[in-house]
Amino acid sequence: MTFSRTTRRVLLVALALGLAVIYFPLLVVFLNSFNSDTTFGWPPGGFTLEWWGRAAANDGALAALRTSVEAGLAATAIALVLGAMAAFALQRYKFIGRNPISLLIVLPIALPGIVTGIALNNAFRTILGINLGLFTAIVAHATFCIVVVFNNVVARLRRLGNNLEEASMDLGADGITTFRLVTFPMLRSALLAGGLLAFALSFDEVIVTTFTLGAGLETVPIWIYDNLFRPNQAPIVNVVAVVLILASTVPVYLAQRLSGDSASGGRL
Amino acid sequence: MKNTALLAGLLAAGLVLTACGTTSGNTAATGGGTAFTPPSLPALGKLGAGEGQLSVLAWPGYAENGSNDPKVNWVTPFEQESGCKVNVKPFGTSDEAISLMKTGQYDVVSASGDASLRLIASGDVEPVNTSLVPNYADVFGFLKNQSWNSVAGVAYGIPHGWGANLLTWRSDKVSPAPTSWSALFDPNSKYKGKITAYDSPIYIADAALYLKAHQPGLGIRSPYALDSTQFQAAVDLLKKQRPLVSEYWSDYLKESQSLTSGDAVLGTAWQVTVNVAKTGGAPVESTVPSEGATGWSDTWMVAAKSQHKNCAYLWMNYIISPKVNAQVAEYFGEAPANSKACAQTSDTKHCDTYHAGDSAYASKIAYWTTPISQCLDGRTDVKCEDYGAWTQAWTEIKG
Amino acid sequence: MTAAITNTPRPAGSPRRRLSAYLRRTPRLRLGILLSAPLAWLGVAYLGALAALFVTAFWSTDVFTGRVVVSWSLDNFATLARDAVYRTITVRTVGVAVIVTLVDAVIAFPMAFAMAKFTSRRTQRLLVIAVMTPLWASYLVKAYAWRSMLSGNGVLHWLLVPVGLDGPGYGLPATVITLSYLWLPYMILPIYAGLDRLPDSLLDASGDLGARSVRTFLSVVLPLALPAVIAGSIFTFSLSLGDYIAVKIVGGTSQLLGNVVYDNIGAANNLPFAATVATVPVVIMLLYLAAARRTGAVDTL
Repeated sequence: MTFSRTTRRVLLVALALGLAVIYFPLLVVFLNSFNSDTTFGWPPGGFTLEWWGRAAANDGALAALRTSVEAGLAATAIALVLGAMAAFALQRYKFIGRNPISLLIVLPIALPGIVTGIALNNAFRTILGINLGLFTAIVAHATFCIVVVFNNVVARLRRLGNNLEEASMDLGADGITTFRLVTFPMLRSALLAGGLLAFALSFDEVIVTTFTLGAGLETVPIWIYDNLFRPNQAPIVNVVAVVLILASTVPVYLAQRLSGDSASGGRL
Repeated sequence: MKNTALLAGLLAAGLVLTACGTTSGNTAATGGGTAFTPPSLPALGKLGAGEGQLSVLAWPGYAENGSNDPKVNWVTPFEQESGCKVNVKPFGTSDEAISLMKTGQYDVVSASGDASLRLIASGDVEPVNTSLVPNYADVFGFLKNQSWNSVAGVAYGIPHGWGANLLTWRSDKVSPAPTSWSALFDPNSKYKGKITAYDSPIYIADAALYLKAHQPGLGIRSPYALDSTQFQAAVDLLKKQRPLVSEYWSDYLKESQSLTSGDAVLGTAWQVTVNVAKTGGAPVESTVPSEGATGWSDTWMVAAKSQHKNCAYLWMNYIISPKVNAQVAEYFGEAPANSKACAQTSDTKHCDTYHAGDSAYASKIAYWTTPISQCLDGRTDVKCEDYGAWTQAWTEIKG
Repeated sequence: MTAAITNTPRPAGSPRRRLSAYLRRTPRLRLGILLSAPLAWLGVAYLGALAALFVTAFWSTDVFTGRVVVSWSLDNFATLARDAVYRTITVRTVGVAVIVTLVDAVIAFPMAFAMAKFTSRRTQRLLVIAVMTPLWASYLVKAYAWRSMLSGNGVLHWLLVPVGLDGPGYGLPATVITLSYLWLPYMILPIYAGLDRLPDSLLDASGDLGARSVRTFLSVVLPLALPAVIAGSIFTFSLSLGDYIAVKIVGGTSQLLGNVVYDNIGAANNLPFAATVATVPVVIMLLYLAAARRTGAVDTL
């Protein structure tokens, strides 16, 4: 290695410091979930388990969790299908308009969320005359989730080439069989990683959701937004956040295990 | 570039799509005080059974369901009594209320004067058949059929209550206690960076109200009827105020939290904000200063497109029933509209404190109303700045 | 190759087989089918919605009734160009987005480098998890945590006062800190993935040829990792450009482009002007993407 011991040490310290910065606010959130002072002044006013108890019995948070999971799963399913189709088209074929289409796929996530949000809101309400509901939020989420699935599948396809599929076809398997027995198994982990990221993206989205979710419905982030400043609810929000962080380590870890070779555990 | 060409093509395709889809506006209905003609909509003829559901768009504190304070809850009793399941959406400014009403997702709204006429003119709300609201009979006479809740003698809503925007401060951090709005406009204030102000174009009226008292030369009669000189003076005052401001608030809970944490110690607030901060243990006081105050007179209105009109009428009757009207008035800190509510308040002096039956006092508050180019104070020799100009100026003030 | 296969005798056909064989002979049709759904969704529905939005920029709103009035004019754009306040806000917003991106790049690069080159495979996996997990902690909760930390009686005040400093309070610096924090993982992960693909042998070769660490870094690592950095910057830049919530939570009185758009649609109910203002970040972002394309970063996204 060309890197001196000092360089190594400095960079590793930087890594440790960076992680400390990332986790410090989360630690504050964790501590505040036990803070008896509802404005979260520092040092904490006192220790209490009240918020944890009340969070467990909070119907609003649980209903929001259900809505979020429904929206996330549906949007992810759509994104998986569309993202994979687009990835095949762009990776396996050369055609005019390939570049604009790849740009088009990136667009929903590259444009500011508020633009996507008000554009879809306007389209649903004034052009299509659809009342906002869970369905409209799912459509909106799927739109910006396609890109993460697409990225993961494209990366996998690029690395695999299409030798195995051709071999399968040469051996007489038809397209559908080849897809079922050869292509799909090779893509499974990329789809999983992409799907997981798509779900995460949908799960934490605030801005587009604000403009596309129907009245009376709340996803977790919308519930958090409505309750963040309520004196008796804000500490419960902290509890919900801590639970989400802890719960998320399981799917993140699994995706890491399953995606194996794909170093980033799924590409953004 | 090929990309651009494709994008342009697709954009053009969408353009054709839109041109036939979007509702074209009715340009004739430009506001002209009472001069406008609202779309002709019928009021509900007779009351049927409740639809089981109701979406309420309300000022914070008007439709409490226990989520802020489990002890403050009058939505649940209504749900049990009427069978209408209520979904409450609070809003922070009248503009926000209008935007939300336009989504067509809400059945009833508590509209202030700067929202009500705009909602009537655009056909978002319909006339109200007051005979279907038995408690309407007990509403103070001076609140009925006013310019902000009726057009040409047709009632468009049920009066709810009225009050003033208050000068508010942390009594442990601000001394002596302020008695004039000048506390918020002094460039050398020792509370610089700890002042909070309302985040809405309508706040320009607060500056105009202050100028009305302190710069009589400008000749301001109504803070909502400002010609270009008067308007510019108010805007300049607010631009000078900006360096003093820590945050503009439109979320009363965020403001209450800033007051509690001490990041803001002085500003304009509603009584409900003060009450929430006090519950959180912060010593916060409020007053109507010497110059008077801007304020609101609110009306419950029914959305024209509502699918739950029976529940909406049940709600309007319930929310102004003496006991509930008293509860809301005390929690929010305003004068109740129902004359019988005064006997139901837990503080027996509440109605005296808020001058509930005092029509002379009520006429002194500068109620929120929508500024239009025809001056609302009766001047015909000048044009006044309309709300569009107020909105643009507000962006400029915030910089 | 394909020609050879089509001639292969096969058990004569079920409809499925015939369909399959037909599809193989007609790659254009296959491509068409593959593209149909994504293009219908993104090309027609999404671009159509965007077009419908930006068309309204040429219309106006009746201030009193709040109705959109279809009357073609460039008035909104004239206002946008004329009023100095919108230029100020645009410059401020781009400034914040650029600073956030730079801060994130400077913090993320050494972290990603150490992750990719100085740790074992097993540790790498754990580190990636450690970087990704905070993405699941709600954006709002993290922004709010910064609000409570930056408060006058918050933890930063408490930590810094003993050393004679104080937190920045609410305002633009607080916004930059909070946004940099929020988007940091979006920068670390692509850079890490890029550096991880960079073979160690290249670094060794550079060393063998006599280059020192700094030289290797500047001449080998940086050029090869640049597309990854740019890929990450697309996230940090666009997310900062459109944000209006974090600045509301920690930004004090400051407003960014997102706030102006939001206030016009969510408060003033002026969709046409909101659409006009929204063209600004869209144009900036399209320029940014076009520039990023040249570096090949969009493909590694």
